[in-house]
Amino acid sequence: MNAVVADITYRAMLGRKRIWLLALLPAALIGMAALLRLIGGPDEHTAVILMEKFSIGTMLPLLGLIAGTGVIAPEIEDGTIIHLLAKPISRPVIALTKFVVAASLVAVFGALSTFVAAFLLIRDESGVAYGFSLGALLGGVAYAAVFMLVGVLTRHAVTVGVIYALVWEGLVGGYVPGARTFSIQQWATSIADQISSSPFLTSDVSLGFAISAMVVVTVGSLVWAGQRLRSLSLTGDE
Amino acid sequence: MTMTTTQATTRHSVVELTQVSRWYGNVVAVNDVTMTIGPGVTGLLGPNGAGKSTLLHMMAGFLAPSGGTATLNGQRIWRNHEIYRLVGLVPEKEAVYGFLTGWQFVLSAARLHGLPSPADAAARALDLVEMAGPKDRRIETYSKGMRQRVKVAAALVHDPQVLLLDEPFNGMDPRQRLHLMDLVRQLGEQGRTILFSSHILEEVERVAQQIEVLVAGRHAASGDYREIRRRMTDRPHRFRVRSSDDRRLAAALIADPSSSAVSLTDQGIEVQAVDFPRFTSLLPKLARDLDVHLWQVSPTDEDLESVFSYLISRSSA
Repeated sequence: MNAVVADITYRAMLGRKRIWLLALLPAALIGMAALLRLIGGPDEHTAVILMEKFSIGTMLPLLGLIAGTGVIAPEIEDGTIIHLLAKPISRPVIALTKFVVAASLVAVFGALSTFVAAFLLIRDESGVAYGFSLGALLGGVAYAAVFMLVGVLTRHAVTVGVIYALVWEGLVGGYVPGARTFSIQQWATSIADQISSSPFLTSDVSLGFAISAMVVVTVGSLVWAGQRLRSLSLTGDE
Repeated sequence: MTMTTTQATTRHSVVELTQVSRWYGNVVAVNDVTMTIGPGVTGLLGPNGAGKSTLLHMMAGFLAPSGGTATLNGQRIWRNHEIYRLVGLVPEKEAVYGFLTGWQFVLSAARLHGLPSPADAAARALDLVEMAGPKDRRIETYSKGMRQRVKVAAALVHDPQVLLLDEPFNGMDPRQRLHLMDLVRQLGEQGRTILFSSHILEEVERVAQQIEVLVAGRHAASGDYREIRRRMTDRPHRFRVRSSDDRRLAAALIADPSSSAVSLTDQGIEVQAVDFPRFTSLLPKLARDLDVHLWQVSPTDEDLESVFSYLISRSSA
């Protein structure tokens, strides 16, 4: 970890318009929960559906995309990253620091809002709020690592990320049984399922596999991003 | 204007390129370049698209050579972040963190280098480029020249032995340009190894003791500015001459060995001068002796591209 790299990255992420992108979906989630509470009688089933479909299924991959690519892709695109790379600091350390920033943002905006929304709806009934917020936290960390890697690998990070999040996670991962095993969304749901005792929540992926897969994907993405950053080439305007 | 630079470096550093090439697919950007950049100021001169930035990026560790080696004091540059303890880099791209103030930007550079007194080093570097005044403004409010100077301050904050600058004078007003030129010269006199790229000969010869010319990715010429200037002047020159009696003037010109070819066209006389000094003193004398009025004498190949093309054709001959 490097404190200066983290400081600059936090400023870039929170001091500009990107904070509104990060805050928009969590605000929508909490807003929906509040509305359901107001119009009366939110039940456990409704809460699980909202958490599964919106929090884990939609918000989390998009937050991971915004934070994961946002901590590095724009700097590579406009060349400002030279300020960090032309220093006697190991590139994997820079990658690790950027990842920690992205993961912390997804944790705060994703996991915290998930907990607040679920708690608003059904308090701590069946451990739904705790389960989904932990699932969102760990899933968000994995998403941050994967999307940061995408941001380092390609200059079309957002396009690739949106296709991955919507097509693979949203469509294929949601409906094709075999593909579910390789979906961060399903891993997060598996963790939620393990903690929550709600009968409305079921998961196709075992907890052991989900945690191992998350660790492998997160560490693998991080190592790859660090190595890729070591070989980052810049071309001139010529 | 007084300038106080940080303490002079005592160790000299050498950047060495040995048969370095770089290609992108089928396009060769840099072709078999061998050069040694030692203490003092070296100018990397060449037209746009000559491969200057590519070469500079290889020296700065931001591009792997496709062939050959690039070293700093004998150590490989590519994938070696330790070189940045010795190297300061000023990239051509204008982009810097606009949301930081100049002070925060330079201070962050000092802290990233792990300097013992980052605030002192940042203040010194900002003073050096005359940016102490506007240091508390956000960089996004700076002019292009101010951004350039704050980038130079960040590159100098750790008192590097090697300074690499890509087109550093672009976008600066004349006063800022002169100031930076003075600073670069002074840093070079202190024994630092400085390389800067430019496509403007006058800019290079004002600052650099040594000039390396790059044309179409090839190392076309090397020498001090007098040598480069002489080689550029000694080349054959093409002129278009219009006068009151083109035919008589052409006959007199072809009789003299200073011109290798003279032709009459609808626009006047086209002259290929092989002895530039002799031709330029001969032409007005001939006109006077023949009582011919000169309406126009203009070079037709004075653009930098043709000068560089000549140098590359000579170097490959």
